Amino acid sequence: MPAAPVVRVSGIRKTYGATVAVDDVSFEVQPGEIFGLIGPNGAGKTTTMECVEGLRQPDRGRIEVFGLEPTRDAAALQTRIGVQLQEAQLQKRVKVWEAVDLWASLYPTTVNGDRLLDQLGLTEKRDAWFMTLSGGQKQRLFIALALINDPELVFLDELTTGLDPQARRTIWDLVRDIRERGKTVFLTTHLMEEAERLCDRVAIIEHGHIIDHDTPAELIARHCPERTVVVATAHDDAAAHFQALPSVDTVTDEDTRLSVHGRGDELVTEVIHCLSEHRMHVTEFRTEQPTLEDVFLKLTGHSIRG
Amino acid sequence: MSSSPPLRGLWKLTWLEIKIFVREPMGFISAIGIPVLIFVVLGRTLGQRLGEATTQAAVQLRVGLPIFAAVFIAINTVLSLVAIISIYREGGILKRLRATPLAPVTILVTHVLVKLLLTAVTVVLMVLAGRRYYPAGADVPVVAFSLALLLSTWSILSIGFIIASVVRTARFAPPLGSLVLGSMLPFSGLFPIDLPPSMELVSRAMPLTYAVSLLSGVWRGEPWSAHLGDIGALVVVFSVCTLIASRVFRWE
Repeated sequence: MPAAPVVRVSGIRKTYGATVAVDDVSFEVQPGEIFGLIGPNGAGKTTTMECVEGLRQPDRGRIEVFGLEPTRDAAALQTRIGVQLQEAQLQKRVKVWEAVDLWASLYPTTVNGDRLLDQLGLTEKRDAWFMTLSGGQKQRLFIALALINDPELVFLDELTTGLDPQARRTIWDLVRDIRERGKTVFLTTHLMEEAERLCDRVAIIEHGHIIDHDTPAELIARHCPERTVVVATAHDDAAAHFQALPSVDTVTDEDTRLSVHGRGDELVTEVIHCLSEHRMHVTEFRTEQPTLEDVFLKLTGHSIRG
Repeated sequence: MSSSPPLRGLWKLTWLEIKIFVREPMGFISAIGIPVLIFVVLGRTLGQRLGEATTQAAVQLRVGLPIFAAVFIAINTVLSLVAIISIYREGGILKRLRATPLAPVTILVTHVLVKLLLTAVTVVLMVLAGRRYYPAGADVPVVAFSLALLLSTWSILSIGFIIASVVRTARFAPPLGSLVLGSMLPFSGLFPIDLPPSMELVSRAMPLTYAVSLLSGVWRGEPWSAHLGDIGALVVVFSVCTLIASRVFRWE
């Protein structure tokens, strides 16, 4: 029997004036997973997350976190969750250790602040003012603040937005570490690569509606089963041989490369067998896998950055 | 929305905000240095003559100058509160603090405490500086005057809260604050001018008027009991404005 979900959201709706930010959104977050709410900016990710955190009251629908209602049971919930907010700041001239120390004083149980800073690679910045930190260091400090009370559930809202690729990778490792410690992570991102690499399950949200949710692999298999193998070969009959394979739909010829389009997991194996059977000399071989980005494009008809 | 112990984190946050304040050289200078400097300069230029003069104008200056300084401190304090609240809101600091067990009221009380402390420090520095240049220093009820100033500041702070609540961006909050508080000045009785009867009414509607009346009374050595009306008015202003501010306050 699966454990009870940590977060259960059913049919929430939130409007700001005439704007419907979130409409009929439902999903669950399971214990111990990294769950991602993904979609373009303005899709309703942050609104949804802030309703779950208890910072906003939905107009309609139900939210349960550990069986508690976030806005009503805020005090009971706050000690069990850790929060990182999008575009939040601290006082410019607060020192790193002072922020951690203040946060630690607010909760009944806490982890060791210095060890936390060490784990997040901030020991050297202990006495630095907040305003002097780099984007990645600020985000790591916010992660530290979100973890100071040893929470069971951690919220991360657009954690890596604006960071360079290397800082982003460091943060991804840290988020995986959070999961390894047995905590549940609920994050939002508009970066499909991030979602695909980090999340165990994702829900895709667009214009305030959830359009599908599952593991990244399942979503790709369901919506983008197409696979492409690109082969560069001088063999005369290569295109005809590939076309005869059962998983292949079409073969296109681009300069010296052949793009073999098909579907299903067998495609690559069939192409490799075909190459060896006909003793083709190959100078290049690569496969192109669809990504969550392609899934998003397929489901919405536009790119996530569009 | 939170039922955690009401003032948890108050002292730690207050101490932290004091340290942060001191680390900001410009804020520190404009909040404490400039009022003290103006006072000293005025005292130097006028002090010598005041000691000997007996004319009506000099007597008015003798009482007027410290009151003017006091009101200046109070307004300065309120403006810096308005500025910091709007900067904290715009920067998402208020929002981040709100997502902790820190109760909203704790954050506000913290800033009031820091600003009142600032007021007290400025007063002490002025008294020390004034001793030297200003002959009225010796027989002035410093403690009572400081208390009156704290009460006045506390009351005017609540007007600042409304301004901080209504204005959206950090850029417009201080100018609006100056405008609101500055426009009260001519009616407050701070300047020795006779107001026409119609303006008399306006004057009575201005909270600053009661602050000035209380401050000058206490400075002249009058008992608190003579100014119960002023104290009452300041308390009413504080209660009403705090009520309004708590209704319209926005965290982000």
